[in-house]
Amino acid sequence: MNVETLYGLGAAALVGIGLYGLIVLAHPLRKIIAFNVMGSGVFVLFGALAKRGAAAGLHADPVPQALLITAIVVAFAASALAVALIVRLIESTDSASLASDPPDGSRD
Amino acid sequence: MTGNIVSLAIVLLLLALAVWAVVARNAFLAIAGFVAYGLLLSLVWVRLHGVDVALTEAAIGGGLTGAMLIGAVSRLRGTEAAARAERSGAGVHVLALLLSLGVAATLALCVLVLPDPAPTLAPQVAQNLAVTGVGNPITGVLLAFRALDTLLEAIVLVIALIGVWSLAPERFWGGRPGLRHQADPDGILAYFARLLPPLGIVFAVYIFWAGADHPGGKFQSATILAAMWTLVLMAGLADTPRIDHRALRFGIVVGPLVFIAIGVLGLFSAGALLAYPPQWAKPMIVVVEVALLPTLTLVLGLLLAGAPARRGGGA
Amino acid sequence: MDRLLDLFSIVAIVAGGFFFMAGSVGLLRFPDAYTRLHALTKADNLGLALVVIGLLPQMDSVLAALKLVLVWLLVLLSSAAVSQLIARAARRRERTP
Repeated sequence: MNVETLYGLGAAALVGIGLYGLIVLAHPLRKIIAFNVMGSGVFVLFGALAKRGAAAGLHADPVPQALLITAIVVAFAASALAVALIVRLIESTDSASLASDPPDGSRD
Repeated sequence: MTGNIVSLAIVLLLLALAVWAVVARNAFLAIAGFVAYGLLLSLVWVRLHGVDVALTEAAIGGGLTGAMLIGAVSRLRGTEAAARAERSGAGVHVLALLLSLGVAATLALCVLVLPDPAPTLAPQVAQNLAVTGVGNPITGVLLAFRALDTLLEAIVLVIALIGVWSLAPERFWGGRPGLRHQADPDGILAYFARLLPPLGIVFAVYIFWAGADHPGGKFQSATILAAMWTLVLMAGLADTPRIDHRALRFGIVVGPLVFIAIGVLGLFSAGALLAYPPQWAKPMIVVVEVALLPTLTLVLGLLLAGAPARRGGGA
Repeated sequence: MDRLLDLFSIVAIVAGGFFFMAGSVGLLRFPDAYTRLHALTKADNLGLALVVIGLLPQMDSVLAALKLVLVWLLVLLSSAAVSQLIARAARRRERTP
């Protein structure tokens, strides 16, 4: 099996691991970590596809790789927004609970 | 053959770190595992011949995301025990496991039945790269062939920053993000924060300029500058700026504005939005990059700093 | 001559790897934060120095070799600063339990 297929299979496993963590973990911050693991699995899959497209003297197809740079930066921005939301949730309700019932004593 | 063994070892270690990040005992251990995972991931990018992506992943995925998560975990004392009590039952765990296995298996199947030879845009890029005047194909794609993606990405970053700022309590709007850090002015952190930023700025400028023909570019450069700024803030050598500071807001929007202006200019001089007239491609690309650098630096640094948390005094 | 340089590189890099492993063993086996920091900074920096020395003959130009040495110096600087900060934080946590 060549390198790209190996990394592609590894990426599929990463997506699975991240998805499991996203569903099962209770604390929102850990959900974000699992979400980032899942996202980076998708990125590695894309990178394997880019490597398969090596042609015309280039070692890898540059278009997916450029999209990956964009994706990594946007994923960081989304994680930053999510973390800011969690911090605000903790500050105003003193708990990181995502439950639907409103907690008592919420303050602003 | 040895290349395959190295790749196999890296993939196995990567999977082990990902599992660690998910099942670790508490959030801090999970974040430590996640930072190591991000750094190992940049090795994966080097193996896949994506050096630009490796630089970006090491800087943003490993460095900035880890710093942001560690900053957040210090504020969640006491919420972890309550969250653990809220964990779903065994049924949900089993269903989640089945779902994840199904998704992973589907993706693995897709990987194994990929078409051969692989469809690729590399020949078109190689043919048309000389016209853009840059030597690095990734920079050419980012700023010439798919310039619209880069413009929209810069705008998304600004919107994310506005989203983070809008989470400030009403009384702090217009104030300064984060707490004022105090560090011993004779201590090691202040010394480090005085020694490293000049070097960091030189490296950032070099990576920015070398991105035209070698791996590098404005994203990696802006990340280094944002990291130096964060170091200076952490050592208490400077304070976070007030978010209603006019020069700050101008610096944040100058990148997308210049990019849009150049795009409209291309509409009139070369016939399509964000098209470059052949002789002027390289200078226009350089202008766009120089304008995007303060935007990216400020946005990345301010995303790390968070929402305004205190009333600012003074200008 | 080439083979001799390759052999030198291999020996130096393996020695560097051995020191990295020693640092990791120290991280796992030492009793408290200070001794662990000691193991990490000393052994890992020496390991990195040996790896860099091993890679120097493989570089194409003097400039590339100097860049490697610069990388080592930067890692030295940041690990020294960070280990000092961690030790100070551990000390402070000890004093106010």
